[in-house]
Amino acid sequence: MKIHEYQAKEFFSRYRIPITREKVCYTIDEVAEVAGELGFPVVVKAQVLVGGRGKAGGVKLAKSMEEARAAAGKILGMDIKGCTVEKVLVAEGVKFNSEFYVGLTIDRNSKSVIFMASAEGGVEIEEVAKENPDAIHKFIIDPDLGMSPFMARKIAFRLFEDINLVKQAVDLFQKLYQLFIDTDASLVEINPLVVTDEGKLLALDGKMNFDDNALYRQPAIAALNEPDEDEKKEIEAKEKGLSYIRLDGTIGCMVNGAGLAMATMDMIKYFGGQPANFLDIGGSSNPQKVVEAMKLLMSDKNVHVVMINIFGGITRCDDVARGLITALNQIDVNIPIVVRLSGTNAKEGLEIIKQANLPVVNSMSEAAQEAMRLCKGCSQEKN
Amino acid sequence: MSILINKNTKLLVQGITGRDGSFHTAKMKAYGTNIVAGVSPGKGGQTHEGIPVFNTVEEAVKSTGANTSIIFVPAPFAGDAILEAAEGGIELGVCISEGVPTLDMVKATAYLKKKGVKLIGANCPGLITPDEALVGILPGNIFMKGNVGLMSRSGTLTYEMVNQLTTNGLGQSTCVGIGGDPVAGLYYQELLQMFEDDPETEAIVLIGEIGGDAEERAAQYIKEKISKPVVAFIAGQTAPPGKRMGHAGAIISSGSGTAAEKIAAFEAVGVPVARRPVEIPVLVKQLLAKRN
Repeated sequence: MKIHEYQAKEFFSRYRIPITREKVCYTIDEVAEVAGELGFPVVVKAQVLVGGRGKAGGVKLAKSMEEARAAAGKILGMDIKGCTVEKVLVAEGVKFNSEFYVGLTIDRNSKSVIFMASAEGGVEIEEVAKENPDAIHKFIIDPDLGMSPFMARKIAFRLFEDINLVKQAVDLFQKLYQLFIDTDASLVEINPLVVTDEGKLLALDGKMNFDDNALYRQPAIAALNEPDEDEKKEIEAKEKGLSYIRLDGTIGCMVNGAGLAMATMDMIKYFGGQPANFLDIGGSSNPQKVVEAMKLLMSDKNVHVVMINIFGGITRCDDVARGLITALNQIDVNIPIVVRLSGTNAKEGLEIIKQANLPVVNSMSEAAQEAMRLCKGCSQEKN
Repeated sequence: MSILINKNTKLLVQGITGRDGSFHTAKMKAYGTNIVAGVSPGKGGQTHEGIPVFNTVEEAVKSTGANTSIIFVPAPFAGDAILEAAEGGIELGVCISEGVPTLDMVKATAYLKKKGVKLIGANCPGLITPDEALVGILPGNIFMKGNVGLMSRSGTLTYEMVNQLTTNGLGQSTCVGIGGDPVAGLYYQELLQMFEDDPETEAIVLIGEIGGDAEERAAQYIKEKISKPVVAFIAGQTAPPGKRMGHAGAIISSGSGTAAEKIAAFEAVGVPVARRPVEIPVLVKQLLAKRN
């Protein structure tokens, strides 16, 4: 789960990590009022949950009230990668002489939290990682020790020579690590962390992502979630025990298991089609799930054909078949359905499917090919 | 031979009286797994399916000599259950639970490393050595004893692959579901080495998916350390970036972790990558024929 910059910086502030004086605003008038209070220059920054706002023109410096109003007028309502900007952060403009990157994330390989630090701050860290990976220093944090003062010092000395800055950094790094742990974060970034003209460290921008698996014990963070339209549909599906992601294709798929669901999408692509979605109905045998899954697929007007691919382990194929028949009785399905059932109780399941006069196939490959054949208006081009 | 589990495995079930624990205990027992104990705090002294139940792992290990534990407890308590298994004297933990917080896994894997205890999972279907032991939720009937070692980040996709192998006459030494979470126990490199050292394993199938760079690291490891033939499959070629594809670890972030990168990494070190599950047995047979 992601939160906005202003929310991340509220967390920083709570942990006494120095941030700019700032306030989130929803209207041009509010921006003008806050800018007046802060004094000029101010920076007006779009608050959206996607990256690349700078390049999209979502960050503007304003040296006067006129400029602040103009910046707010341009940014509020702007579209950034499909997200409409509904709020902006107005922050004091700060003079600084150097900028750095610091961040914490989970490293799969070392199975630890790692601290990343770079003197190449203020630019997208992914770019630095690609072009100059040696410029990012990485430190594995032992979960038993946490961020020890010696470790924080070691990192700080990689970035700063001035002992006054090192001391500030040691304090800041320890607080940042504690924030990461306390909130079950998956990413905390300050980019840039600047040294102001007065010789103080200050977080100009902040980013936090959280571990979805831990939201149950972080209710205050879960409450900050702002799902977009697609995500709302995903959450709705999740409440019914379905893992769903909408895509742009025409072949709707229903699969048990995430890996098999991905492989099914790949198979559709292999035979020249485009999957309309990722849909994992999970490992249980509840026929009602199949009904909900069919409703979900039918709600997508791009779906021209449905491909059901089940490999029964815990899931029993006859339960899936029964669920499908119930679904067809309950909802109006006027597009072709291809069913592939293998594994536990496949024979019984296929019998039920055959009685309903639905086409059955023997393998994943055949299912994808049959789906393509039945799909009117689906591209036959292999790419 | 095989890896990790065999007919000498003495299994403990943590969460034996729960819905999933109870259901799969019966299945594992029916498969022939030697289940010696269960743990369910507050239900010590009872028996479940004829298996003695204890309050703590320590008691269970002392009384029964259990050396392997399978964990079915709900995700919020799974991290603690893994720690208890390690502290209680278990040598191999297998955590099935889905949705364990990442920081709980960071803590657990660090502790297990210090203790020298192995872990499979979490968020995995477990593992099986056909005809000897089933420690997990895999459907035993699709497996066949043989010489192919298999490891996979996914559950049902593993069944699909195993079914391809079995119906084409290729049995398995051990099949391991390593799980779909970003931070998990034993991973490709450790398992590749175990299969390399196992005299019964003649070929290895590695089933990966999008997210992280473990496949790229595995490819490098194969190049340097593995002499047995390896065939790979990568799921998620059509997955959009920035979206978590069911598994917590299956996400393309900042343009890295794509299927294309992983396929290229394997092919660069001479590991063939099947584009469809049906190609897996064909490739395995080709490599085995070339080797003999």
